[in-house]
Amino acid sequence: MSAPFVPHTGDEIAEMLGFLGLSSLDELFEAVPAALRLAGGLDLPPGESEADVVDRLDELAGRNRAVGRSLVCFAGAGAYDHEVPAVVRSLASRSEFVTAYTPYQPEVAQGVLQAIFEYQTMVARLAGLEIANGSLYDGAASLVEGVNLSVAATGSHRVLCSAGVNPRWRSVLGTFARGPGHEVTTVPLAGGVTNWAAVAGDGPAGAVVVALPNFLGCLDDVAGARALAEATGARLVVAIDPVVAALLTSAGSLGADVVIGEGQPLGTPLSFGGPYLGLFACRAADVRRLPGRLVGETVDAEGRRAYVTTLRAREQDIRRERASSNVCTNQTLMAVTAAIQLGWLGTAGLAEVALGSARAGRYAHEVLCALDGVEPISTAPFVREFALRLPVPAEVAVDRLAEEGYLAGVAVREGFEGTEAEGALLVATTERRTRAEIDGFAASLEKVIR
Amino acid sequence: MTPPETETHPTGPLPGGRALSAPLLGREDEPTLFELSSPGRRASSLRTTGLPQWGADELVPASWLRTEPVPLPEVSERDLAAHFTRLSHRQYSVDLGAYPLGSCTMKYNPKVCDEAAARAGFANVHPASPPFLVQGWLQVLCELEEMLCEVTGMAAATLQPAAGAAGELTGLLLMRAYHAARGQDRRKVIIPDSAHGTNPASVTLGGYEVTTVGTNARGGVDLDSLRAALDEDVAGIMLTNPSTLGLFEEDISEIAAAVHEVGALLYYDGANLNAILGVVRPGDMGFDIVHLNLHKTFATPHGGGGPGSGPVAVSARLADYLPGPRPVRLEGGGFSWATPELSIGRLHSWHGNALVLLRAWIYLRLHGPDGLRRVAEIAVLNANWLRERLRGTYDLPYDRPVMHECVVSAASLERETGLRAIDVAKRLLELGFHSPTVYFPLIVEEALMIEPTETESPQTVAALADALVQVAAEARAAGDAASARQAPRTTPVRRVDEARAARRLVATYDQRP
Ligand SMILES: Cc1ncc(COP(=O)(O)O)c(C=O)c1O
Repeated sequence: MSAPFVPHTGDEIAEMLGFLGLSSLDELFEAVPAALRLAGGLDLPPGESEADVVDRLDELAGRNRAVGRSLVCFAGAGAYDHEVPAVVRSLASRSEFVTAYTPYQPEVAQGVLQAIFEYQTMVARLAGLEIANGSLYDGAASLVEGVNLSVAATGSHRVLCSAGVNPRWRSVLGTFARGPGHEVTTVPLAGGVTNWAAVAGDGPAGAVVVALPNFLGCLDDVAGARALAEATGARLVVAIDPVVAALLTSAGSLGADVVIGEGQPLGTPLSFGGPYLGLFACRAADVRRLPGRLVGETVDAEGRRAYVTTLRAREQDIRRERASSNVCTNQTLMAVTAAIQLGWLGTAGLAEVALGSARAGRYAHEVLCALDGVEPISTAPFVREFALRLPVPAEVAVDRLAEEGYLAGVAVREGFEGTEAEGALLVATTERRTRAEIDGFAASLEKVIR
Repeated sequence: MTPPETETHPTGPLPGGRALSAPLLGREDEPTLFELSSPGRRASSLRTTGLPQWGADELVPASWLRTEPVPLPEVSERDLAAHFTRLSHRQYSVDLGAYPLGSCTMKYNPKVCDEAAARAGFANVHPASPPFLVQGWLQVLCELEEMLCEVTGMAAATLQPAAGAAGELTGLLLMRAYHAARGQDRRKVIIPDSAHGTNPASVTLGGYEVTTVGTNARGGVDLDSLRAALDEDVAGIMLTNPSTLGLFEEDISEIAAAVHEVGALLYYDGANLNAILGVVRPGDMGFDIVHLNLHKTFATPHGGGGPGSGPVAVSARLADYLPGPRPVRLEGGGFSWATPELSIGRLHSWHGNALVLLRAWIYLRLHGPDGLRRVAEIAVLNANWLRERLRGTYDLPYDRPVMHECVVSAASLERETGLRAIDVAKRLLELGFHSPTVYFPLIVEEALMIEPTETESPQTVAALADALVQVAAEARAAGDAASARQAPRTTPVRRVDEARAARRLVATYDQRP
């Protein structure tokens, strides 16, 4: 019997059954109709010891190629290889944070609540808006919720979404738009930035969505998006990269009503794509439509400072079918991690991470574009990510460069079919990329395309 | 007890860099990281890159360039460690003690899972890596999908949903796609009045209207009211079985037959699957769509409110609609991705909460079929034992044996002494236990929903029962609830003024008056 975390001894089980007037554990399931009960047991591999399972994990982990010295990461597309120091990993893995539930009893959950409050403050500052929530699942979920908020606020289901928004997030939006019946129009890019003129004058809308920078790394036309939002009565939703945002005028001051983003670059490892962190910020005027948990500061019975989840009447457990969102469990641990990471970075550190990523981006762009047959797909300004047209299919380059020790980037396909960017290689940099790594990458790419 | 407004200290009342344990020992406030900040101090240092030292103004066009840096706390690594360690000391957790929140399945989270999830071979893998670089990951995901299908009795699954509520919405969109493919535009989804709040919220987001059905005297779905609600406009029913009352739905076969008869589908909210692991499977009960909460049944840590993971498993007739891409086995060995033909599309930025999925894979491999069944048996044993111990002290609505949790009521206590469920909860905190879930399900007055889980020993469950009995006895002896109303007195803060938090919203440090 392999139930390694069940502490009950045989005698204890017998005694407990006796107290209930039962003679076997089977009798506990009397309420389950006999005809439905599983006769032969589950057909699963037999339980094994921890040591045996760890052996299997060694083998499985060995068949993954982690990024690092032997696979230098130039892939991004929403997931970035930033520095996460030991202190952040250590503090964020404290079991008091890891093994707590949602803070339903604030008197014994001040640790998580205060950490979320600090996180909310930092995200609001980064976004340039007044309010940030306690997290959503990931960037895609934040996009969906940002659109839902906008639709609820304006009464219009029409969504004008730039093709520069992460194509996987757009796909998720398309999936979830079917329920409430949002009509999503994808506004095409021209020269790497959104061609808002393509939809101008088409009548009212609920949301205009733009990414800064966009999926191809370009600084997109947020002013155009703002103007369109005003003309159509829509809320402006801006998707940010929280690292690049440290170099740019804040989305809030560019006129964003809602700021969303993928918070993974703030202390969460690449993790094969999850768990990540959905960033979500909005104006104070929209706080009653905010999705998910919000922590507020208050006092306890003795007047001491205390924290608690607040404006709960928006949430599913109280408002049920009229809730602003269905989200319950979110990604609190990643939000706490982000607060710790931003605390570690500080004002200067975050700016340096952004600047370092941008320097590596500029340098990589220069040396890669100097190769014969390699061309940028756009001349629009970029910061830390850019798309290149190669003389070979991007997938081929990625496969071959992996053998050379580089994760070369991400092939642009899904969501860009039939556009100028289709088949390009999307290359990303972080503050961790060195000159030697970039030079080595360029040399290997040259070999591969020759 | 209240500390003086200003303390004498060389660097002011709330100086940066103060590392002492007063917040733990003396119930003193923990300053925010912003208050601990000292301009110019820092913890971080970055890699030496050898790159040209271009300035920001050379890299970003002037019209985009930020003029003021984002203001963040400025602390040393030592300050950071002290602050978050002190915060952690103001936080209850499963590692610290029993966490009998009903519906939440707060069981012990095996450490081997955390260690594996931190390995570079899993944690430092880029999600856009081509399949040949991530065969280990793809195998984990494929095998997990297969194991979850076996546990639920379903044909295929998606691992993308990031939590239970995301799984629910996925299931509803699958329902929509299924009916649409039959040229049907059904508008209603039925939900029992005992359902979790995410169910109705998801129904709305799925584009459906909620029809609520009542609960019968035995705590099951009221069959007459269900039959009355069923027609060709019903897309499906969402059921939690065992229900949020901790009761197995005895009429499940009749319910399934009636629902299928009108062409509607059965959705299984798997939050309570822990009760029936290896005993009975949703698929065998007639369910078409199942979501699981890996952060409950499969012991992945809840992280103070996530990350979770809410895979959705479906019967064969729904498999073609599943979200994609899905991990698949290739003929001749190896693994890759494939998107089902009629897929409803993506649900997640990448492949779901992969490191949570890995933990569930490990949990399944550690347990195997016998271990899983033992988990269910002991979870049910603990809940029933606890419930019997509370008989005579608390009301036992729908009085019959329960599954993995029990819902008791403080209604009589409240009438006799004024002691409410919330007071019981707060007094329990003083006695060293996290409180049960209170005021849910909504159909039980003064509800206390208690789920001990199988990882709590008989001694712990007995101590929890003793504490619950003690709280009631104190109020009955005093004839009132005055003392319990003062609880908790021994926690980092006393009862928190929730009304004030909502009335005078301070949701960031910058909103402080
Ligand atoms: C019965 C039930 N259904 C659904 C959910 C929602 O799950 P999640 O919080 O993972 O979104 C929960 C948990 O909170 C639950 O207890």
